[in-house]
Amino acid sequence: MLTDITIGQFFPGTSLLHRMDARVKVILLFFLIIAIFVFDTPGDYALMCALTLGLGLASHVPLGTLMKSIKPLWWILGFTFLIHLCTVPGETITTVWIFTLTKEGFMRGFFLCLRLVLLILLSSLLTFTTSPLALTDALEALMRPLRVIGVPAHELAMMMTIALRFIPTLIEETDKIMKAQQSRGVDFETGSILKRISSMVPILVPLFISAFRRADELAMAMEARCYRGGDGRTQMKVLRVTRVDYAGILFIAVFFALQAALKIVGI
Amino acid sequence: MSIELKNVTYTYMPKTAFERTALAGVNLTLAEGKLTAIAGHTGSGKSTLVQHLNGLLHPTSGVVTVDGIDISKKTKEAIDARHSVGMVFQYPEHQLFEETVEKDVAFGPKNMGLADDEIKKRVKDALDFVKIDYETYKGRSPFQMSGGQMRRVAIAGVLAMKPKYLVLDEPTAGLDPRGRDDLMARIVSLKREKKMTIIIVSHNMDDIARIADEVVFMHDGNVLLDAPPKEAFFSDDAIAAAGLLPPHTVSLLKMMKDSGLDVDTDAFTVDEAVRRIAKAMKRREKSC
Repeated sequence: MLTDITIGQFFPGTSLLHRMDARVKVILLFFLIIAIFVFDTPGDYALMCALTLGLGLASHVPLGTLMKSIKPLWWILGFTFLIHLCTVPGETITTVWIFTLTKEGFMRGFFLCLRLVLLILLSSLLTFTTSPLALTDALEALMRPLRVIGVPAHELAMMMTIALRFIPTLIEETDKIMKAQQSRGVDFETGSILKRISSMVPILVPLFISAFRRADELAMAMEARCYRGGDGRTQMKVLRVTRVDYAGILFIAVFFALQAALKIVGI
Repeated sequence: MSIELKNVTYTYMPKTAFERTALAGVNLTLAEGKLTAIAGHTGSGKSTLVQHLNGLLHPTSGVVTVDGIDISKKTKEAIDARHSVGMVFQYPEHQLFEETVEKDVAFGPKNMGLADDEIKKRVKDALDFVKIDYETYKGRSPFQMSGGQMRRVAIAGVLAMKPKYLVLDEPTAGLDPRGRDDLMARIVSLKREKKMTIIIVSHNMDDIARIADEVVFMHDGNVLLDAPPKEAFFSDDAIAAAGLLPPHTVSLLKMMKDSGLDVDTDAFTVDEAVRRIAKAMKRREKSC
């Protein structure tokens, strides 16, 4: 049933990647993503793949689980590859109907897909090794300088935290209401599309009512505990940059230096 | 006929890191015409158990039969058997959704495909039974009613389907004492007047003591004890193992006996307990 779903893909652990500060991880990921687009020779890709694999191993997340994060993007990947294969001009491999498949197209499609896969894997590594709450804290910390131009960093982070907190609750609620209505003879599985849509009404109405009630109760509870926004608010879990983080930063810096050196030497 | 569970096991999220066995080989017979109470602390598997009774959950292994029909099948017979088990969830008022009380109570019967005049009759009967005045409330929105009234409307919505078996999960949770007494009295009269078989989940042992014909204690996905009340409430070991407390009446009699009053401790309803105490007091006066 619905309750069998897990939300977010945080994989609890104590690996080096888990112990790193979430802010540092976000920033390093940002630089790595830029690097994927800046360094684009086959040699660079090989290095990048090796790095991703290394990080994957270091995270102690099963590689199979990690690879599964690509699954939702299969279609996009396949489509990108095909488009490039058929539209890039160059040395013809073979012709299918009105499409000419070229060697250049194959290469370009392949590397573009590789880029996307690396991008997904690296970002997944972040979400696999960082709890959603640490992630929102990190985003809040990183957005804080933007407060000068009026970005409500704390409020945005609080909204994200609350939303994350309530996903499982609402799923549970939906499951309960669905079961109650099923017991009253609603059939969610068969019938025409129109019928199936109309059978959602008995779920959505109670769900909205309970969501509003919960929101109201939460607002009241927060107010009762004197919540008044972000100014001067301290955190229970303070983010700290530790030795692991400096080591991580140093490692990635060396990696970039290596890539840059290779680029200048021209391999 | 009866509802029977044979060796029922249920596992949530099988083959993941979150795998959890909620029922571990439960064997249970819920006899027709009886009021069976299922008690157990939070997480003992009682809610999972009752969801098997009308096929909302299918056992990972084992069989659930209603009147001898395996309800995990997809045949017409099995579907009818599932429909013969009405289910009132915890906080049933959270399932209300229609614009008027009448429409909401009619929702179940309508899904059963009954004729309009039959539906109307059933709605009226069901609302009468839960003591909600049909003429006054039929056109009102259920969301304008009080919590207790909403719950009664929701229960009427299930009663209107005229189930042969009725399962109630914590029906009195969150009601005030008067509301609780009223609802309990209604449930008993469902059994007496409508000859319904009732299964009630509760951890309020005082409520159970008042109405149950048969008591089932659950713990860690197992049935610890399945016995009539006069046996169940005096099985101290089973009660303790299930993480429950005996009804106050039973504890009271025991305490009186321990502090020296020569009282018979074999009662669990309030009336009987009062009689036992009165008898003991008289005996003491005489001997003085």
